[in-house]
Amino acid sequence: MANTNKWGIVAEFDSAAAIYHAAEKTTAQGYTQVDAYTPFPVHGLDRALKQGPSHLGWFVVCCGITGIFLAQLMMWWMNGVDYPFWVSGKEPYAWPSTIPITFELMVLLSGICAVFGMFALNKLPRLHHPIFQHATFWRASDDRFFLAIEAKDPKFDSTQTARFLESLGGKNVAMVED
Amino acid sequence: MTAIPVVDEPENPLVRAPLVEGKNDFTSVTNIIAGVAERKTPRGWYLMFGVSVALLLNLGAMIGYLVFNGVGVWGNNVPVAWAWPIVNFVFWIGIGHAGTLISAVLFLFRQKWRTSINRASEAMTIFAVMAAGIFPAIHVGRIWVIYWVFPLPNQMSMWPNFKSPLLWDVFAVSTYFTISALFWFVGLVPDLATFRDRAAKAGRMVAARAYGLFALGWTGSNRHWINYEKAYMILAGLSTPLVLSVHSIVSFDFAVSILPGWHTTIFPPYFVAGAIFSGFGMVLTLMIPARQWLGLHQLITLNHLDNIAKILLLTGTMVGYAYGAEFFIAWYSGVDYEQFAFINRAFGPYAWAYWIMIGCNVVSPQFFWFRSLRRSPLVLFVISIFVNIGMWFERFVITISTLNRDFLPSSWGYYSPTLIDILTYAGSFGLFFTMFLLFCRFLPILAISEVKGVMPEANPHHGHGHDDHHAHGHAQHAHAHH
Repeated sequence: MANTNKWGIVAEFDSAAAIYHAAEKTTAQGYTQVDAYTPFPVHGLDRALKQGPSHLGWFVVCCGITGIFLAQLMMWWMNGVDYPFWVSGKEPYAWPSTIPITFELMVLLSGICAVFGMFALNKLPRLHHPIFQHATFWRASDDRFFLAIEAKDPKFDSTQTARFLESLGGKNVAMVED
Repeated sequence: MTAIPVVDEPENPLVRAPLVEGKNDFTSVTNIIAGVAERKTPRGWYLMFGVSVALLLNLGAMIGYLVFNGVGVWGNNVPVAWAWPIVNFVFWIGIGHAGTLISAVLFLFRQKWRTSINRASEAMTIFAVMAAGIFPAIHVGRIWVIYWVFPLPNQMSMWPNFKSPLLWDVFAVSTYFTISALFWFVGLVPDLATFRDRAAKAGRMVAARAYGLFALGWTGSNRHWINYEKAYMILAGLSTPLVLSVHSIVSFDFAVSILPGWHTTIFPPYFVAGAIFSGFGMVLTLMIPARQWLGLHQLITLNHLDNIAKILLLTGTMVGYAYGAEFFIAWYSGVDYEQFAFINRAFGPYAWAYWIMIGCNVVSPQFFWFRSLRRSPLVLFVISIFVNIGMWFERFVITISTLNRDFLPSSWGYYSPTLIDILTYAGSFGLFFTMFLLFCRFLPILAISEVKGVMPEANPHHGHGHDDHHAHGHAQHAHAHH
């Protein structure tokens, strides 16, 4: 079998502690294309896997600032320029009365960005993922913890990597094809 | 149904009570929660759903009747031009505050007990905001030009008046609905993946496809969880000021006017406290039967109900303080009109409503000073109904008792609702319960992944002995010395 249609080797672990220690040892061994698949976020697993923090916050800040400017532009132009009118003793554009809507639009754009930005960074939605072919992977959303070393890892070797994962206590160690 | 032993051990204040009781592990938590949606539909569900859908159809009929005949079919008339529609709007939007409070504020305060009630409360929030949104929309009279409230070009070449609190409300409520729905959906995605995987395993391919579509291909990858947790944190941080802003802005609808009894600075905090109070009341009204009928005793424990009761006691007392402060300020201000408004409120033609409000909102939560009453689901359920009634009457009292006797005694009047008013309000419960029953039947009613995350075995260092910790400590010391 050519190396090109291999996606990676997947191993199953039965506790949060087991996946944590397996992840630590895998990255210590020099593997870099490693990921864990867990039913809930396991505390500290990102450090064990040497995965960096999320950059989502920066996108959200940009969208929030955009929301503030859009709200101010909208209210200034619509009530102050395009159709100015005096009402309730306030000037056509009266900044104190713009605060609530400015706040709401800041929250709205930030929130939409947080959700859709998160999905975009995770490259979701997608209809299929190779790892779903693993026989017991359906339990990753229930009570099992999976560790995958991908074939694109420079240290990846079909037999060595599989043996390594078994030595960590991984069960149902299996090759998954792309 | 199998009998589930209920644990009611005295809480040791020095030790945190377990969030999941009984001999549960990750597998059994998944089974309990997914089992609710997977088992055969109970007959009782069909019965309740039938009643709810009938009320929902009635709502549609009432709205149709209103649109064809105009708002004259309601009891609204000068001087009481704002009546039940605005009362019902504020009632429902207030209920819609508990969900976001639980999912956002309690998240930021690391209150882990929120995990067993946040999903259903968020669902409740969304359905309550839907029920709320109907009333101002149909209240405008000519509903076909409702788009004038949005900054869209229209046939008059005019833009909305952004200085009006009513327009702030349009932005606040629509933002709140959008963010609440997104927050709810984000929380649902990992649990929908659980439902997808279980349905696929059991060979229920239609269900697997349907859940899979909304699970968006979630794998539980740790890289995904990193972004996911960041998004959850950001949404919680955004929703916390949002939930406070929404009911503050609802209170501006009243407070920015110059009517005695409305024009007070206490309104925003007073409305927010009332909203939390009413929302937690409705959470109890929904969750106590759900816990009983769906067998969720070990996940929604008596400690959870106890905590909610404490929040009801706190917010109910805050609301009571606000009622008292309004009277004090009316007296202290020396403004005759303000004083009259409050004397009229407590002793005028609507005194009956005022004292129902005081009894339900201020007196009934005081029972929660007693621990045994806080841990009795029956007592909690009964008082939660009183809270719901009392908070509806609060909005009734604020709206009607201020308007019915305005500055000009010749135009004083007594407001009574019409049958259409009553049936429309009943219909809004039909919408709310129809949505909630569908949610209970088809979606994960508890946040599966979050409940697992607060169990002791979710900690990767769980089960390490004392010596092991010691060794870790030494290792860190050694590192520090290098």
